[in-house]
Amino acid sequence: MSKEKEILKETPETKEPEVVVDVQNLSVGFTVRGKKINVIRNISFKVYKGETLAIVGESGSGKSVTTKTFTGMLEKNGFVTSGSILFDGMNLAKFKTDEDWRPIRGKRIATIFQDPMTSLNPLLTIGFQISEVLRLHHGLSKQEAKEEAIKLLKKVRIPNAEARYDDYPFQYSGGMRQRVVIAIALACRPEILICDEPTTALDVTVQAQIIALIKELQEEYHWTTIFITHDLGVVANVANRIAVMYGGQIVEYGTVEDVFYNPAHPYTWALLASLPQLGSKDEALSYIKGNPPSFSSEIIGDAFAPRNEYAMNIDFVKEPPMFQISPTHCAKTWLLDPRAPKVEKPKVIQELHARMKRAAEELKRQEGVEDE
Amino acid sequence: MSKEEKKILEQAPVEEKELDIFEQGRKDHPEDDDTIVKMRDVRVAFKIGSIERVIINHLNLDIKRGEVLGLVGESGSGKTTIGRALIRINKVSGGEVLFNNVKISGKIPKKTERLLKTKMQMIFQDPGDSLNDRANIDYIVSEGLRAFKLYKDEEDRLQKVQQMMQRVGLRPEYLNRYPHEFSGGQRQRIGIARCMIMNPEFVIADEPISALDVSIRAQVLNLIREFQQERKMTVLFIAHDLSVVRYISDRIAVIYAGHIVEIAEANRLFEAPLHPYTKSLLSAVPIPDPKVERKKKIITYNPAELHHYVLSDAPKLVEIEPGHFVRCNTPELEAYKAELERLGGKK
Ligand SMILES: Nc1ncnc2c1ncn2[C@@H]1O[C@H](COP(=O)(O)OP(=O)(O)OP(=O)(O)O)[C@@H](O)[C@H]1O
Ligand SMILES: Nc1ncnc2c1ncn2[C@@H]1O[C@H](COP(=O)(O)OP(=O)(O)OP(=O)(O)O)[C@@H](O)[C@H]1O
Ligand SMILES: [Mg+2]
Ligand SMILES: [Mg+2]
Repeated sequence: MSKEKEILKETPETKEPEVVVDVQNLSVGFTVRGKKINVIRNISFKVYKGETLAIVGESGSGKSVTTKTFTGMLEKNGFVTSGSILFDGMNLAKFKTDEDWRPIRGKRIATIFQDPMTSLNPLLTIGFQISEVLRLHHGLSKQEAKEEAIKLLKKVRIPNAEARYDDYPFQYSGGMRQRVVIAIALACRPEILICDEPTTALDVTVQAQIIALIKELQEEYHWTTIFITHDLGVVANVANRIAVMYGGQIVEYGTVEDVFYNPAHPYTWALLASLPQLGSKDEALSYIKGNPPSFSSEIIGDAFAPRNEYAMNIDFVKEPPMFQISPTHCAKTWLLDPRAPKVEKPKVIQELHARMKRAAEELKRQEGVEDE
Repeated sequence: MSKEEKKILEQAPVEEKELDIFEQGRKDHPEDDDTIVKMRDVRVAFKIGSIERVIINHLNLDIKRGEVLGLVGESGSGKTTIGRALIRINKVSGGEVLFNNVKISGKIPKKTERLLKTKMQMIFQDPGDSLNDRANIDYIVSEGLRAFKLYKDEEDRLQKVQQMMQRVGLRPEYLNRYPHEFSGGQRQRIGIARCMIMNPEFVIADEPISALDVSIRAQVLNLIREFQQERKMTVLFIAHDLSVVRYISDRIAVIYAGHIVEIAEANRLFEAPLHPYTKSLLSAVPIPDPKVERKKKIITYNPAELHHYVLSDAPKLVEIEPGHFVRCNTPELEAYKAELERLGGKK
């Protein structure tokens, strides 16, 4: 019979947990054909130890660039223009050479990327690539490394791990390659694991299992996870806190409850409203009209203003400050200014929890049938 | 009016247009015209050294003209392999594939193959893998247009490209940039633009939106639906997110280890899933709500425990109610029938 597995979730602690990374006024630019563009524009946030921080936001908003600065993985044309990234008494924003990064990158802070082929060498076997990491990081012998690598492959649910140890990446499916990359990151046992959309290519069951696995290991090894994703379903499951990014800035930051049940920024509203789970077959899904901001010229005012139904005149002129809503929750929108007119949140946002409960019940019914 | 006169009158207004082989295929088999793709007993295997690994075997699948067929299943189950077999990247080593009643698998004439490339397009799963990094966006998006001369003049071509960029939500000023200058999501939209500009009859979309964030996902889903309705395009939509598949698909096929285990109308599959793998997939659908997610129970699917297939009664894909197929053997069929009864009939 089907086994059922409970996915447990820790409740957030009441006292403020230890800060492991403190980002202050970070700005990042790129040189494109001799012209400098500002892509990350003065962001500050904290990452708390042992927690999972989810970074969400649309494509191009700067999620990957932000976290690439934690491991010195920016492309050659990219550079930190100002600010600091404090980690274990060091300012990572000052790191320059590969020599500087060697003790950090892949060892203390590891990344799992969106596109598995950026992390795998197409010319080497899967087995070699994992066992190589084990030999380098943990000094295992060839035979030990192979055994450990097979264990890891099994952990990420590669079927026939022994037989497929000598396969090349092209012989694996997209999802299997991503699981291999996860296995490699697990092999390093880092303090901070940055997951840059690691499960987008996986089917939901494997996705749920991988997330459960990452969470399980996180509890065991007290990792901190930074989870970049645009799948708010995944966010609801894994995150303790959420940072919402738009146009190279963090526009809302709070606990998962703050952001889902009491979102304050119109961009967050729009993001939640476009969830396919809220859509029906006969009407088009709601989506955010217009284009994402272009970084090629300086952004004036609130970057979201041109696409914002609730924009006020000031949004086109002056950048809003970060307003603190509660000790855990803040948002960068003029709507929170005491002088701003009161606006009603969109109906779907007010009804979000009720609607999601209904969606869940629809699926739960199937379980009821199972029990009979 | 004499018979002859009648005939002359009927024929007169029709201007003879030369039909290509696929148009001819449709004309020759009007009884089959509601099916655009037929896979008959298809087998796909990969040779690794001397060992052959069979991924797909005896696969039968009909895709109806104008429908969106969702294909969901576990990672490694063979979804991409099926898509690539349809578009002739993977070799079909058994059975056949028909497109508009014309055989397109195995050895086919060069002319047919060339023509097929204008009618069938694929959006690839890995946005990084599929774009030539040395070509700029303008070149990438209009590659198909150039190869088949599908434009009047340079101005027309550029206009077509710019329009398509707009529709997929990319700024026209990006045309001279190169793929590596884009984020993952932007690159995937370039892939979609490259596909849609060809105005294909049939599109294989291999997880086209899994690399996109929700807001653009919704936009791209709407876009695919718009294209599909406007042009009566047929889409094979490969995905792992059942909530998305439900939204976009008319029918959903669930695949496990190379076999289709269940296929039904989208709503019906959610209402009355029968195969235990389908149930397991449904239990894992992420619901964007922290309280709901925390209580989530996942049903794991363990084929070895659940099915006891013997050679004498091997499983087959059986039509259990109109349009609803499930893979089962005789005892399972009885059990599923009883379950359907309890669930109540199709609404
Ligand atoms: N090497 C580069 N040169 C120039 N611009 C770049 C470079 N890398 C990133 N960018 C730009 O920086 C911005 C942020 O990119 P980033 O990759 O962080 O986006 P993202 O939020 O991770 O998006 P996605 O969800 O699509 O992965 C984008 O506008 C992108 O075009
Ligand atoms: N070129 C190849 N050589 C050898 N084996 C291959 C090749 N391509 C795919 N396979 C194998 O075929 C099986 C099915 O792979 P496929 O890519 O079709 O899976 P998928 O259902 O698309 O999975 P995903 O959701 O992870 O993309 C896998 O076991 C894979 O390893
Ligand atoms: Mg990214
Ligand atoms: Mg695939």
